[in-house]
Amino acid sequence: MNWLLITPMVLPFATAGLTLGLKNQVRRQEQAALFGALAHTLAAFVLLVTIHTRGILVMQVGNWPAPFGITLAADHLSAIMTLVTAILGLAGVIYARSDIRPSMLANGFHPLMQILIGGVCGAFIAGDLFNLYVWFEVMLMASFGLLVLGQEKTQLDGGVKYVMLNLFSTLLFITGIGLLYGMTGTLNMADLHQAVRAVPDKGLLMAVSAIFMTAFGIKAGLFPLFFWLPVSYHTPPATVSAILAGLLTKVGVYALIRMFTLVFIFDTAWTHGILLVSAILTMVIGVLGAAAGTDFRRILSFHIISQVGYMVLGLALFTPLALTGAIFYLMHHMIVKANLFLISGAAQKAGGSFALADLGDLYKKRGWLSALFFIPAFSLAGFPPLSGFWAKMLIIKASLESQAWGSAAAAVVVGLLTVYSMTKIWGEAFWKPTPANARGLSDEAAAAPLDMALLVPIASLAAITVLIGLMPGPFIALAERAAFELTHPEIYVRAVLGPLP
Amino acid sequence: MEPVLSLLCGILAAAAIFLMLSGNLIRFIFGLVIATNAVNLIIFISGGIVVTRPPLIPEGELTPILPVANALPQALILTAIVIGFALLSFVFILFYRTYERLGTVETEAMRVSEPENLYDDPHVANDPPSGSHSSGETP
Repeated sequence: MNWLLITPMVLPFATAGLTLGLKNQVRRQEQAALFGALAHTLAAFVLLVTIHTRGILVMQVGNWPAPFGITLAADHLSAIMTLVTAILGLAGVIYARSDIRPSMLANGFHPLMQILIGGVCGAFIAGDLFNLYVWFEVMLMASFGLLVLGQEKTQLDGGVKYVMLNLFSTLLFITGIGLLYGMTGTLNMADLHQAVRAVPDKGLLMAVSAIFMTAFGIKAGLFPLFFWLPVSYHTPPATVSAILAGLLTKVGVYALIRMFTLVFIFDTAWTHGILLVSAILTMVIGVLGAAAGTDFRRILSFHIISQVGYMVLGLALFTPLALTGAIFYLMHHMIVKANLFLISGAAQKAGGSFALADLGDLYKKRGWLSALFFIPAFSLAGFPPLSGFWAKMLIIKASLESQAWGSAAAAVVVGLLTVYSMTKIWGEAFWKPTPANARGLSDEAAAAPLDMALLVPIASLAAITVLIGLMPGPFIALAERAAFELTHPEIYVRAVLGPLP
Repeated sequence: MEPVLSLLCGILAAAAIFLMLSGNLIRFIFGLVIATNAVNLIIFISGGIVVTRPPLIPEGELTPILPVANALPQALILTAIVIGFALLSFVFILFYRTYERLGTVETEAMRVSEPENLYDDPHVANDPPSGSHSSGETP
């Protein structure tokens, strides 16, 4: 039993229970959530360090040997994702102090958010498909709750569509699990790696892999399955938007990476070919949606889609360098994207609206916020020396090495269009004079200083972005280690099942 | 037995998708219920239903002597049913609240979060993006 492995998954649930118990004491609840998030970040960091020095950690729940019991396993990819999740959770808890209304706190904002984070971390260390499904459900239930907490009309409308498509995705997921079990007789991912080779009918296996691809594609927001995302992510409070944007689609990407490097690798020309086409279309369609946007958060939502395309492109190219790029992209993107949503919330507090038409003058009025927006925005667009530059460079270099000229060209063009839509936000919200008929704040309200609880997480996440950008070496090395494990699945299989015969 | 049940799965899935696509929240719920059952049935069939003996090990033995039924799919289905119930009750409440607030169960009429005039030039007509748009709303 390896207790360190499950600490980052158990801690959020413990915090959730604690905050639920403090339901009527809002300040205490915040302190408990903050303490829990700090401990969680620490645990996730220790987990990453341990895995980096000692290799893949495995825990067989109840000491049932591997293919029979529930296996939890964490390699570099899991540990990296867990740590980034913990950092975002911490940022969200701090930001919530100023952003979340007391009525929402009383309705269980903190417990839901901790359960969401626990579910996400659980999904990262699940070594068993059915276990992964259960974590997906935990995460989904919490995200449903968070999305409609507050019950604004837009939230309910967006929430209904989000719930419909995501429920369909989980139904597909469990159908795939059932069929795969019928063919192989196992659900342990490491065991599946070997078992799928023995399946005689590869056509059937291909159909099952397509079911999984669709199910995770809906979660990840791949073209043409992303429509739940831009309809819902701009409706909840900024904290919730940021956490959902930073985490949920990336769990879909993680599941895609896990399944299509470990299990479904029997005909990569076909499966990864579909992923490649889908990734390029996702990048292009997503960024076009962003370029047409008129609302701060809707533009950012479309950017999520477009950026998910880059990560899946890394998976689809399926070379060690491309996977390194995909994992580095995940690290960079989760932090930058969550930060941009947090900034949109601060801009809304300063300017009174999320609609670009109602915003203006933020550069004149909020110089620091503008500087803080500049860092993640242009990191997302891929400006050197920010983190997004290295992420895009790795992906483009991998495309060129695989002679995928089309995908390299798409990656460059989409980067340029990202710059266009970011300058649009910059020009509209930060530079242009506030329109006379704007439905914004009164002058006194607009002049009040922003709460430190808003600025501290934004500044910290921006600092991480700059840090990754200025010294990408260790981060790329980490991503390389993760990619090495993914391209050598026998390491994972041996860690879970023991030495092979 | 398996071909019949497989056919039943197909019929259930088709009915579920038809209901889910019909653009009405109530029908979506019915579709969801049917789809969940279809999926559970798929898991059940793919576990194999040839042997009907319960998976019990006789006293003093370590493994069952005769071939027994596969217990794992049933455990999976049980979990899936429980999770499905939780999701279903949430969906009921969410859809009811949505009906109360928006006054409609037609998904086509629910355009609050993505209004039709979304991409109009905001500098020409600075209408409120929501509120002006309550065609589906009834008291």
